[in-house]
Amino acid sequence: MIVSVASGKGGTGKTLVATSLALSLKDKHDVQLLDCDVEEPDDHIFMKPSITSSEVVSIPVPQVDEARCTYCGKCAEVCAYNAIAVITDKVLVFPELCHGCGACSYLCPENAIKEVGKEIGIVESGNADGVKFVHGKLSIGQPMAPPIIRKVKEKANKQGVVIIDSSPGTSCPVVEAIRGSDFCLLVTEPTPFGLNDLKLAVETVRKLDIPFGIILNRTGVGDNKTEEYCRKENIPILMKIPLDTKIARLYSQGIPLVKGIPEFRNDFLGLFDKIGDNT
Amino acid sequence: MKELVVLSGKGGTGKTSIVGSLAAIAQNKIMADCDVDAADLHLLLDPTVKEEYEFWSGRVAVIDEEKCIQCGLCQDLCRFDAISDTIDYFKIDPIACEGCSFCSHLCPVEAISMEDNLSGYWFVSDTRYGPLVNARLGIAQENSGKLVALVRQQARKIAENNKLDYIISDGPPGIGCPVISSLSGASLALLITEPTLSGIHDLERVLQVCNHFGVPSLTCINKYDLNEDNTKNIEDYCLKQGVAVVAKIPFDNVVTESIVQGVPVVEYSEGRVAVEIRGLWQCITETLAS
Repeated sequence: MIVSVASGKGGTGKTLVATSLALSLKDKHDVQLLDCDVEEPDDHIFMKPSITSSEVVSIPVPQVDEARCTYCGKCAEVCAYNAIAVITDKVLVFPELCHGCGACSYLCPENAIKEVGKEIGIVESGNADGVKFVHGKLSIGQPMAPPIIRKVKEKANKQGVVIIDSSPGTSCPVVEAIRGSDFCLLVTEPTPFGLNDLKLAVETVRKLDIPFGIILNRTGVGDNKTEEYCRKENIPILMKIPLDTKIARLYSQGIPLVKGIPEFRNDFLGLFDKIGDNT
Repeated sequence: MKELVVLSGKGGTGKTSIVGSLAAIAQNKIMADCDVDAADLHLLLDPTVKEEYEFWSGRVAVIDEEKCIQCGLCQDLCRFDAISDTIDYFKIDPIACEGCSFCSHLCPVEAISMEDNLSGYWFVSDTRYGPLVNARLGIAQENSGKLVALVRQQARKIAENNKLDYIISDGPPGIGCPVISSLSGASLALLITEPTLSGIHDLERVLQVCNHFGVPSLTCINKYDLNEDNTKNIEDYCLKQGVAVVAKIPFDNVVTESIVQGVPVVEYSEGRVAVEIRGLWQCITETLAS
C-alpha cells in the first residue's frame, strides 16, 4: 500500500507527518519511507538513516559523432525541447534542456548520435530505526526533478506500507511523486494561503483519481474557512495537530513528533486506520 | 532597474508574507509572483485584473484509433511510460506524456499527432501598491519554468515602459526548474530561512544554486526566536559564506492574523515584525545601490 503526503503550500508539515507516520507504523508493518522531495529532501534530518547504498541518477543526453554527421538537421527538427541545434557545419547540444526522450539518436539517418549519461542527482537507501529509508537528491543547478523521483519510486516495495513524502506545489514533481498512490494525505494549515493552495492540491489528486483526506496542522490560529471548505466538499479531515510551540521546537531540532511527544503515536495509528477505511 | 527575487529552498518560511510587506513599503516598483503552481501573493495585494492571457506550452500526443495498427512500437520506445495498451487499442496518458513527440515521428502509419496544450493563464493587474504580474499553471501541467520566464519578461517590460526602479519577485520553493527560471539574471536574491534544521539544510542548497548562477544573495531569518541556537548557527554559516544576514524577524501571531485579514503585515501592525521588515527593505535598497 502506498500512502503519499502532499500539500499545495510549502511548510505545512508534510515532513512531520511522513516521518511520524512511518515511525508509528514500523512495529506493526514493514514500512518504507521514500523522500521524493528531491529538491529539498529533509526526512533524513529527522530519521538519521544509516545509508547503505548510493547510486547516481543520469539521464541520457545526445553525443554527436561529427565524423558521421552530415548536418542534415533531422535531430534539431525532432527535438521538442530545442536541446540540439544544427548550424551549417556544427551541432550544438544543450544538455540542460534535454529530457532524455531518445528521439534524436533513434531518428538520426546516419546513426551519428549515441546517448551518454548525464548525472543529475543521486538516490540513497538505508535503514532508520526499523524503517527502510530511500531519498533522492537533485544536483545543484539541475532543473529536472522527475527522473530522480522515478528512480526513488522504483525502490518501492508494495507488499509493505510505502510512505512517500512529496515536494510542495501542484506541478510535475508533485504529480510524479504521488502518481500511483493508494491514498494521499494533504497537509494544510487553517490560513487563507493554506486554503488557496489546498484547493489546488485537491484538484490535482482528483485529476489523478487518488483517494485523499486532509490533515489540518497548526489548528488554533487562522480562521475556520478550511474546515468549512472540507465540509462543503465532503472531504474528510483525518487528523488535527494544534499550533504548539513545543511541537515547533521539536521540529526545529530535527526530532520527529512521535519521539518528542510519544502520545501522538496513537493519533498516527488512528490516522492509518482511517486511511484503510477510506481506500 | 533592479530585480529582487525572494527564495527560500524550504516552503512555508514566509516568502509571500515578506514580499507582500515589501510591496507596501517600496516605491516605484512592480511585483511578479513567480510561484506559478501555488501562487498566494494576490491574497495580500487584492489585485484588479486588467489583462488575462492564455499560456499555451508543450504538446500532448494523441493516437488516432482508426489509423493505429497496434504494432506497439510507440509503447516500446516511450521513455516516460505514457503509452498503455488497453484491451484493443493503445492509449496515451496525457499526464505522463512529456510532449517529446518521439512517438509521432516514429509511428509507421502516422497515427499519432501532437496537440497544443493550454497549460495555464497569466495576468497583469493593478493593486494599490502598483502593478502585479502573476500566473496560474494548470493542474498537473509541466513547463512551470517557461511560465515563470514569461511572468518575469512581462514584469520587466512593464517596468521599463513605466521607468520603474524595482521588480520584486516572489519565488517558488525548491531548487529545480521554476527556481532556476526565477533566479537567472536577477540582480539580487533574498533568501528567507527559519531556525530549524530543515530550514538551514534547505538554505544551504538554495544558496549554492544562487552561487551557481552568479546571483548575489542576502539572508533573512524568519521566526528567529523559535530556536536561538539554530539562529546562531545560521548566522555563523552565512558569515562563513560571505552572505549578510540583513534581518531577524521574531515569531509573532500578527503575521497569521494579517494574512487572515488579507493585508501585508506592515499595514496591520507597527510592532517588532513591521520594524524589522522596514529595516530589511532599507538593507536591500542599499545593497542594490552599491
